[in-house]
Amino acid sequence: MPGQTIAEKIFSRHGGHDVYADDIVIADVDFVMGQDGTSPLAIKALAAMGFENKVFDPTKVALVIDHSSPSPLEGVSALHKQMRDFAAASGARLYDVGCGVCHQLLPEQGHVVPGDLVVGCDSHTCTYGALNVFSTGVGSTDGAAAMATGKLWFKVPRTIKVIFTGTLPKGVFAKDLILYLTGQLGADGATYEALEFSGPVIDTLSVEARMTISNMAIELGAKAGLMVADDKTLEWVAAHGTRESHPVAPDPDAIYERTVEIDVSDLAPQIACPHTVDNVVPLSDLPPTPIAEGVLGTCTNGRLEDFAIAAHIIKGHKLAPGVRLVVAPASKDIFLDAIAAGFIQTFIEAGACIVTPGCGPCVGTHNGVPSDGENVISTANRNFKGRMGNSNAFIYLGSPATVAASVLAGHINDPRPYFE
Amino acid sequence: MSTPILIAPAFKYGNDINTDYIIAGKYKFQSTDMKAMAVHAMEELDPDYYDKLQQAGGGFLVAGTNFGCGSSREQAPLVLLNAGTKAVLAKSFARIFFRNAINTGLPVVICDTDQIDAGDELRLDLATGVVHNNIKGDSLTFAPLPPVMTQLLEDGGLAAHIRKHGTFAFEKEQK
Repeated sequence: MPGQTIAEKIFSRHGGHDVYADDIVIADVDFVMGQDGTSPLAIKALAAMGFENKVFDPTKVALVIDHSSPSPLEGVSALHKQMRDFAAASGARLYDVGCGVCHQLLPEQGHVVPGDLVVGCDSHTCTYGALNVFSTGVGSTDGAAAMATGKLWFKVPRTIKVIFTGTLPKGVFAKDLILYLTGQLGADGATYEALEFSGPVIDTLSVEARMTISNMAIELGAKAGLMVADDKTLEWVAAHGTRESHPVAPDPDAIYERTVEIDVSDLAPQIACPHTVDNVVPLSDLPPTPIAEGVLGTCTNGRLEDFAIAAHIIKGHKLAPGVRLVVAPASKDIFLDAIAAGFIQTFIEAGACIVTPGCGPCVGTHNGVPSDGENVISTANRNFKGRMGNSNAFIYLGSPATVAASVLAGHINDPRPYFE
Repeated sequence: MSTPILIAPAFKYGNDINTDYIIAGKYKFQSTDMKAMAVHAMEELDPDYYDKLQQAGGGFLVAGTNFGCGSSREQAPLVLLNAGTKAVLAKSFARIFFRNAINTGLPVVICDTDQIDAGDELRLDLATGVVHNNIKGDSLTFAPLPPVMTQLLEDGGLAAHIRKHGTFAFEKEQK
């Protein structure tokens, strides 16, 4: 039999027989997640399936209240209550207000480990690909079917191999790298396919930075953004849980749809301009762009390393007049670590506000909806028109360093001088 | 499977229409009442989408490439259905939206939509895979759904499939 990609190996193990790209397989899932925008429909779908308040294994299902949390509205509160009631009745794990973003919690709380197959009712479920997990976003009915049966049907994706070579310049980060790739391949550059990230640049990145890259695989339409598990991965996983890892590496003769090689040595900070994530330019090509709001956080860049980078720039400075900065730690644990490290004090002294660990203002439900005509510089992963709750605002995406340098300057600003 | 022949006018939009445009996050977290939410369908691109489809007695949403990209929200196909969308015709679809549409009963058709203009009356025959343009007089063909998806539709959607079998029970599992 020919060699297999990471995706083909994980689906073969979970489907009980060897499968290859384009095969349809019914596979066992190791974990299923829903968040507050998707769980209520999944709870309805479970009832329609004849599994009211039942899940196949309560230790393998989690509901996370993160997108609109704490609730800003009565309607939201009613849906949150539904989730709490369902969790109590089914035994599924509930992460309530303040715990953090689902995509930080699943790895951090030890629910997912290398070699797993995971589905979540949220498109950024692909984040755990950085931990050698085939994880992918599904809708609420698919999620409910997985919660009910412990299985789901999949088409095994073809894989695009992405090799990053060279050395990232100072002041240029994982976020710039994935924004650049998104600009190069486009919003449908990997639709129905898996991305397999590798090369010396990935090897040198921390697990946190790798999660930033896998998180945005969906912005290219990909089903997953996979990496191998190296010593760093295995150490990180061991420090966060007790489940046994079953890492998989691709075979040397695995068949790829295509290979993309990118030398990052001359990469500049990248910005995704309104209103699509693939509208990416080097920061230096951007016309002068004043900003009213900065966002530091989300499942893309709300981790301790991101805060350390931003704090390095912000420490001892004040936000530019007329600029606000919203900081949303990706989890309670990160929040506590950031307090202990002094980062939170740095941000508050500069004039920032800190909001509840969770999705922050990313999805337009609360925590910093911009006004008409305002520009926002954000570490999030989407800049669609209206994404942050106002169709007449403009969202630019960049790295934590770029956000930090920009909120001090009052316009979108190159962070590289801070790292010289 | 008994799929009715659908006749309605075309409402045409562009490429990369994401699920935030189909139903904005600010609405979808508040309710699971899709009838109430349907008035906001496609609001970012066309605030009159709901009213137009109501006046026309339903319509086809015709788009370019990568329809439904972005978030996994199943509210997207559900609000389109509740706004009176009979089917979405596009050159290509984002993966999660395509599955969600099948699971919730919104027909999705991959075809060369360059040949369709806004306002064209279309006749869609899902069983034979033909879109006939009643204004231009020409026809487009499209490939049938994968067997797995056909079986899900035959069973009345994914929820009904699981209710009927208690688990996944595909007769046509392999490609």
